[in-house]
Amino acid sequence: MSLDKDQVRQIATLARLKLGDDEYAESVEKLSRIVDFVDHLSEADTSGVIPMAHPLDIAQRLRPDVVTEPNDRDRYQENAASVSDGLYLVPKVIE
Amino acid sequence: MDLHTKTMTELSAGLERGDYTSVELTQSLLDRIAAHNDTLNALLTVTGEQAIAAAARADADRAAGKAGALNGLPIIHKDIFCTRDVRTTCGSKMLDNFISPYDATIVERLADAGAVVLGKANMDEFAMGSSNETSYFGPVNNPWDLERTPGGSSGGSAAAVAARFAPGATATDTGGSIRQPAALTGTVGIKPTYGRVSRYGMIAFASSLDQAGVITRSAEDAARLLGVMAGFDERDSTCIDEPVPDYVAALGDSVKGLKIGIVRQHFDEGLDADCGARVKDAIAVIESLGATAVEVDMPNIDYSVPTYYVVAPAECSSNLSRFDGVRFGHRAENAEDLFDLYCRSRGEGFGDEVKRRIMTGTYVLSAGYYDAYYLKAQQVRHLIADDFKKAFEKVDLIAGPTTPTPAFKLGDKVDDPITMYLNDIYTIGANLGGFPAMSVPCGFVNDLPVGLQLVGHHFDESALLRCAHAYQQATDWHIACPEDFA
Repeated sequence: MSLDKDQVRQIATLARLKLGDDEYAESVEKLSRIVDFVDHLSEADTSGVIPMAHPLDIAQRLRPDVVTEPNDRDRYQENAASVSDGLYLVPKVIE
Repeated sequence: MDLHTKTMTELSAGLERGDYTSVELTQSLLDRIAAHNDTLNALLTVTGEQAIAAAARADADRAAGKAGALNGLPIIHKDIFCTRDVRTTCGSKMLDNFISPYDATIVERLADAGAVVLGKANMDEFAMGSSNETSYFGPVNNPWDLERTPGGSSGGSAAAVAARFAPGATATDTGGSIRQPAALTGTVGIKPTYGRVSRYGMIAFASSLDQAGVITRSAEDAARLLGVMAGFDERDSTCIDEPVPDYVAALGDSVKGLKIGIVRQHFDEGLDADCGARVKDAIAVIESLGATAVEVDMPNIDYSVPTYYVVAPAECSSNLSRFDGVRFGHRAENAEDLFDLYCRSRGEGFGDEVKRRIMTGTYVLSAGYYDAYYLKAQQVRHLIADDFKKAFEKVDLIAGPTTPTPAFKLGDKVDDPITMYLNDIYTIGANLGGFPAMSVPCGFVNDLPVGLQLVGHHFDESALLRCAHAYQQATDWHIACPEDFA
């Protein structure tokens, strides 16, 4: 196994994913296989090759920094589980 | 009246002649969906009332002499496209109850052209899968053999078009998600050039690879739909401002003198021999129409799949960080604190494959591994894209198999991610380099459809469409219909 349980636990924490105990065992096995598989890339000779930043090798378009979106807050908040007075509610963060 | 057997081109002529109205056409297809959708699980949402209302508007527009390019023609949207006031799930429990507050640009454009939306198609969760088995709402069955997969991730779109629920459907392709299901269901699928079609309102998976396209039964219909969808959109910063040619007009051009590249590696031992034979037959047909086939070398193409499985998960881990249980999407109950809310909402809301890809992406982007995986993959990606560019100095398009085998049985590959990933071995290269590509039905192996893949140079969708159209004029594989859905 190229990954162990502690590494998978660390990855899951970084990714903000809570896994069940049975999910951990499976993730260690399957993620290890994926990592072994993508390790084949190390065989490619990439000396002097520029990493690709855009599939068409062009720079991303920029737009003027002006407000273009209307305020649709109420409409967007219809999909939120918990809101009050236009604010999204989350568990208490500050004591 | 057998309206379900007709292509968009035929239906458009029928509507114009007044043989039937869009309301009649729409109702007949809605009846078909009601009768067969339980068998296929192809649609997650049927928008019957809205469809009839849109059809009535289309009929009124036609009567007033204001018929748009797709007036009254029924289509289905992959459930990855946001549709205003309609549930948009992306195949995930995470978005089970998500009602989109806005329309995707392509949803808007197709509606403006007069298209009538019958419903939203099932798909692999967040478009991550090649068999439609990762959908939270269950797999889609292939109309050619209900025990087999229709492919994925646009499995619902492909199955719906193959079963004649609608003559066309929207779809998306990050590593083969339009072409592979099209091949496995005997339909036509086209993924245009990266940036050709707006991705605004298309739920993101891997933003440097994702592109919207269509699944239809004829290349001509694909040209019609794509012509309406393609073109610059200010709301998508990756959408390219290039003029859109008249794809339908381009179909009339001959394939005489067209140079077709054959990649040796695409016919290696990984390819089922019978599939290979059908594909070679198809290339021979295209040659008989006046094209010339030449071998092209792609020394780095074998790195496509591992490159993809670094780049795509990396982008997915970033894109899917927006699902936090706060603003929209599934929210875990009784969270202890904010961290617990994030972790449990995501742990409960995402399925196994999505979690696996988020974790793979998190790993390859994490400190100490970034250079070895992510940066390395982006370098190899450049080598692969350059292989294509060099090939396109010699040829107009590249032809080969879309998939290594015909449709496999549901459950066969679901426990082995690598075997599943290798399904996209021939399709991924086009996404890595942003090239347009399509799949066209080219025969059967054991009564299961086989697809011919065509890949073109940037913004040369016309060459793909005209080659596919010429091939369909000379063959009738695309007319074949699964027996139970005739």
